Amino acid sequence: MKRFAPVPVPILLAGCDGPLSTLSPAGPVATEVAWLWWAMLAGAAAIAVLVGVLIAMGFGLPRETPARRWTHGWGLGFSLAVLSTLLTAGLWVGERILPRDDGAVEVRAHAFMWGWSFTQPGEGGAMVETAGTLYIPTGQPVDVIVTSEDVIHSFWVPQLAGKIDAIPGRENVMRLQADSPGTYGGLCAEFCGVGHAGMRFELVAYAAGELPEALQPNDLAVDHADDHAEEATDD
Amino acid sequence: MTDIRATSGEIDAPDTALDIAANPPRRALGLHREMDRVWTNAEGWRGQITAVNHTTLGLRFMATALVFFAIGGILAMLIRTQLATPEGAFLDTEIYNQIFTMHGSIMMFLFAIPMLEGLAIYMLPKILGTRDLAFPRLTALGYWCYLFGGLILLFALLGGVAPREGWFMYTPLSGATYSPGINADVWLLGVTFVEISALAAAVEITVTILRQRAPGMKLTEMPLFAWYMLGTSVMMLVGFPPLILASVLLEIERAFGWPFFEVARGGDPLLWQHLFWLFGHPEVYIIFLPAAGALSTIIPVMCRTTILGYGAIVAAIVALVFLSFGLWVHHMFTVGIPHMALAFFSAASVLVAVPTAVQVFAWIGTMWKGRPEMHLPMYHVMGFFLTFVMGGLTGVMLAIVPFNWQAHDTAFVTAHLHYVLIGGFVFPMMAAAAYWMPQITGRARIKGLGEAAFWTILIGFHGTFFLMHLTGLLGMPRRIDVYPDNPEWIWLNLTSSIFGFVMTIGFALFALDLVLQAWLGPRSPRDPWRAPGLDWAMRMPPPSYNFASLPSPGRLDGGTNAAQELARGEGLLPGAPRGQREVLVTTVGSARPELVAILPGNTALPLGLAGAIGVFVLMMLSGLYWLTLPALALVAALIWVWARGMAHGRDTAPVEVAPGLSLPVHIHRYDTLGRTGAVCLLLADGTLFASLLFGVGFLSVVAPGWPPPELTGDPELGAGLIAGLVAGLGLAAVAVRLGLRAQGRGGAVLPAAAAGLLTNLAALICLGWLAATMLDDPTRHARDALRGVLAGYVGLHALIAAGMAGFALDQARRGEIADMRAGCLPAWRLWQDFAAVTALIAGAILIAQGAGE
Repeated sequence: MKRFAPVPVPILLAGCDGPLSTLSPAGPVATEVAWLWWAMLAGAAAIAVLVGVLIAMGFGLPRETPARRWTHGWGLGFSLAVLSTLLTAGLWVGERILPRDDGAVEVRAHAFMWGWSFTQPGEGGAMVETAGTLYIPTGQPVDVIVTSEDVIHSFWVPQLAGKIDAIPGRENVMRLQADSPGTYGGLCAEFCGVGHAGMRFELVAYAAGELPEALQPNDLAVDHADDHAEEATDD
Repeated sequence: MTDIRATSGEIDAPDTALDIAANPPRRALGLHREMDRVWTNAEGWRGQITAVNHTTLGLRFMATALVFFAIGGILAMLIRTQLATPEGAFLDTEIYNQIFTMHGSIMMFLFAIPMLEGLAIYMLPKILGTRDLAFPRLTALGYWCYLFGGLILLFALLGGVAPREGWFMYTPLSGATYSPGINADVWLLGVTFVEISALAAAVEITVTILRQRAPGMKLTEMPLFAWYMLGTSVMMLVGFPPLILASVLLEIERAFGWPFFEVARGGDPLLWQHLFWLFGHPEVYIIFLPAAGALSTIIPVMCRTTILGYGAIVAAIVALVFLSFGLWVHHMFTVGIPHMALAFFSAASVLVAVPTAVQVFAWIGTMWKGRPEMHLPMYHVMGFFLTFVMGGLTGVMLAIVPFNWQAHDTAFVTAHLHYVLIGGFVFPMMAAAAYWMPQITGRARIKGLGEAAFWTILIGFHGTFFLMHLTGLLGMPRRIDVYPDNPEWIWLNLTSSIFGFVMTIGFALFALDLVLQAWLGPRSPRDPWRAPGLDWAMRMPPPSYNFASLPSPGRLDGGTNAAQELARGEGLLPGAPRGQREVLVTTVGSARPELVAILPGNTALPLGLAGAIGVFVLMMLSGLYWLTLPALALVAALIWVWARGMAHGRDTAPVEVAPGLSLPVHIHRYDTLGRTGAVCLLLADGTLFASLLFGVGFLSVVAPGWPPPELTGDPELGAGLIAGLVAGLGLAAVAVRLGLRAQGRGGAVLPAAAAGLLTNLAALICLGWLAATMLDDPTRHARDALRGVLAGYVGLHALIAAGMAGFALDQARRGEIADMRAGCLPAWRLWQDFAAVTALIAGAILIAQGAGE
C-alpha cells in the first residue's frame, strides 16, 4: 500500500495503520472491537443511506401516508430491532473481553503526573519495576492493574485493548493480549494537566522464552525459563 | 369575589366547550397607544437597564449568546491552528488548556443554554397567546446573572487565569492541590452564577406554559414547541441542581478545605463525575429538545401541511425527559464500573435513541404527507437531517461498551459531539433564525446570502469533523496540543483545520445575513410563510404587548385575520384601561380562564440584585471570604424589596375580560402564578437535596477512605437538639396553617406569623448549638464535611423560612393580609413544609451516622 501513498484513497486505507491505531489490532481484544467497529460502520452507513432515501422520497406530491407507519413502524419497530441486535452484539463482545479469574499474568501500571511506572514479572517470576515501558509475554492474556498517584489518568494501548482509567484510591483491572512480539504505543487518554500530551509509554511484547534484558537481573546470565508459577506467592 | 380557597371546583370541573363572547371592536391605533404606554420600555439608557419585557430580553439573550458563540468560535480556530501541525508552537500548553476548556464551557453554558432560553423567552408568550412571561423581573435577573457570570469568565480568559481543567472539571485535577490559583474557582463560581439564569428561565417557562396559555388551548392540543419547551424546562429544573451542588461542594473544598473529592480524607473523585454527568447528559437533551421544537414548528409549514404524529411526538418528548436521566454513566464507562452495571446503562443509552428516532421519522413522514418547498429554513432542516442522523448513529456506537472503551476520550468523541450539537442544535437554530427573522425584524432577507452561508457551513462542518472520527480511531486523544511522534495524524488534522476555517467563514456570512436583513432588508409581508400559529398573529416587528386583546377559544389558529381581530380588541382583556400590565391566567389542563395577573413594570431591581450576587462572587474569587457576608446581606435586603413589590394593600375589583366574564385579580386567589413558580423552585431545590443525599450515600458506600474517625459529640444531646430543630420548623408549619385559617375567616394573622417567626428562630438556635458543639471539624473527613453541609442546608432553609415568617408578620402589621388576600402565606407555607421535611431527613441522617459507629 505504501507506494500508492500520494493517491488519496490508498492513503485512507494505509491510514488505518499506525502505532496507536485501533484499526490495526494486534491482539484478540482489540481485534474483536475493531470487527465490532467495521460491522457498526456498515450498519450505520446503510441506515444513513436509508434515511437519506426516505427524505429524498419526501420531496414530491402530497400523499396519504399513515402516521403509525412512521411513528410506530419506523420510529419504534425499526429502531428497536436495530438497537437490540447491536446491544446484544456489544454485550457479547464485552463479556468475552473481560478479565476473569483464570490465572492470567498480572502486571501493574502506576500513573503519575506525567509518566508511568510498571511492575511486571521478570526473571523467575520476581516482580520488576520499570519506568516508561511495560513488558508482557505474547500469546497469553495479561491483566493490567491500573492505579494513580495523583489525578485521574487513563491507560490505553490502542492496538491491544480499550482504555481504563487510573483513579486515585482505586485499582482498576483491564485485560489485554498481544499476539506477536513487538513494540506497541501507549498513552494517557484522560486529560491530566500540562504534561498530558507527552504522557506516552511503550508496551513491549516478548516471545515466550525471550525475556527482555530489562526484566533480567543485571548480574545474572539470561535464563530462558519462563515460569509464572511463583508469581502468586510473590505478590 | 369568591373565596380565595375555593378555586378549582367551579372552574375546572365541567369540561364543556368554552364559549366566550367577543369584545366590541375598537380602533386598532388607539388601542395600540393605550397598550404601548403601559408595556413599553423606558426611554434611552434607563430603558436598557430597567427593561423586563420578554421580547426585549429574549432578543438580548439571543444576541449575547451569538456574541459568545463568536468568541467560542474564535477559540476553536485557535485550537485548530495549534493542531494543524504536529508541533504547533502557536500556543503554549498552559494557554492551550485554557482555550479548549473555555471553548467547551462557553459553547455549553454561555451559548447553547442561553440561546435556547432566549428563543423560549422571546417566542413562548407569542406562541401561547399571552403578553409576557409569568415573572418578568426574573427574566431580567436571569439575563444580568448570565451577562455578569459570562463577563467574569471572559475577563479571566483575557487575564490569562481562565479555567484549564477541561469543561468537565474532573477532580482531583481541579482540586486545590493540582489547580492552585483562581482558574478553577472562576469556572465553579462563574458557571454557577450563570446557572441562576438557567433556573430562573426554567421556572418561568414551566409556569408560563402551564398557566398562561390562551383560553381553550388545552395542554393536549398546544403547539408542539410548547411541549418541547415544557420538557426542556422540567429537565433544567431537575438537571441543573446536581451540577450546582457539585460546583458548590468543590468550591467549598477548594476554599475551606472540606474534603468531598479528596481520597485521603474520605472523598472520592468519582462523586464529581456522577454529579457532573447527572447534569451533563440531560444537558444534551436540554439543548436538543428546543431545537427539535423549532423543527416540529418549521417542517410542517415548509411542507404546507400539519405535523404527523402529534401524540407520538409528545410521548417521545416525555420518554426523552425520563430516559435522559438514566444514562449518565455512559460518560464513565472506563472508570472501572462492573460490566453488568455498564450493560444496564448501555441499554438505557441505546434506548434513548428510540424516542429520537420516532421524532425523526415523524418529520420525514410529515414531508411525505405534504409538499416540501425549499425555502432557506428548509436548507438548514436538510443540514440538520444529514448531520444529526450521523451524530446519532455514532452516539449509538459509543453506547456500546467495548467500542466505547476504545473510542472514549479520543477525537472520535469530539467528532460525535460536534455532529450532535451542531447537527441537533446549530442547524435547527439557523433554520429557526431564517424562519422567524421576518417576525422579529419585520423585514425580508436579502436573497442569496443565506444560501451561500448554508453551503459554506455545511461543507466546512463535514470537512472538519467527518475525518475526525478516523483521527480518533487512529488513536488521537482529546485535549493534546502536540503530536510529534504521530505523522499519520498530520493530514487528518490539517484537513480538519482548513475546513474549520471554511466553516468559520460560513458562520461569518450567516451573521452578516442576519445583520443585513435587520438593517437593510425590504419590508416583509405579514405572515410570509402563511404559517398558522399565534406568533404570526401580530404586527411585525411585534409590539411590546404582543396582543392588544388576547386570543379567545376559536381564534387560536392565528393567521392574518386573527391578527386584525386581536389588534382591534375583539379578543379577551383588551387594552390597558387600568394602566397595569395584565395577563390572563388559565387552568393547567383545559386552559379555562381562572384569574387576571398583574405583572410588574420596568425596574432596575433585577440589575441591582444581580450586581449584589456578582459582588458576592467576586469576593469569593478574591478569597475575601468575610466580605461575602455584607454582600449576602445586600442580596437578602434586595430580595425583601423584590418581595415588597408583590405586596398589595387594597382589594381590587374583578376585571371584565369579555362581555359577561369577569375574573378576580391574582391577589385574591390562592393558586397564583407565584405559587406555581414556588412549586417549580422547590422541585429544583428538592433535586439539589436529593443529590446531596446521593453524595452522602455514595461516599459512605463506595469511597475508599472509610470508615471515618469516631464522632466526638454527645449523641444524646445531639439527638435532642435535632429533635428541637425539627420540632421548631414543624411548629412553624402549623403556625402558617393557623395564619391561613385566620386569614380565611377574616381574623388576625399577626399572632400566627409571630409564632412562626419565633419557632423558626428557636429551630435556628438549636441548629447553631448543634453546629457549635456536636459537629466535628469538617476538614477532618468527608463524613464530617457532609454533616457540615447537611446542617448548612437545613440552616439556610430555616433562615429563609424565618425571613418569610418575618415578611408575613410585616404584611400582617401593614394590613396587607386580609380577608380576601393571602399575601405571602401560600408561598411561606410551601417553603416551611419543605424546610421541615428536609430537616427531618437530614436530622435522621445525622443521628444515624452517630448511631452507626
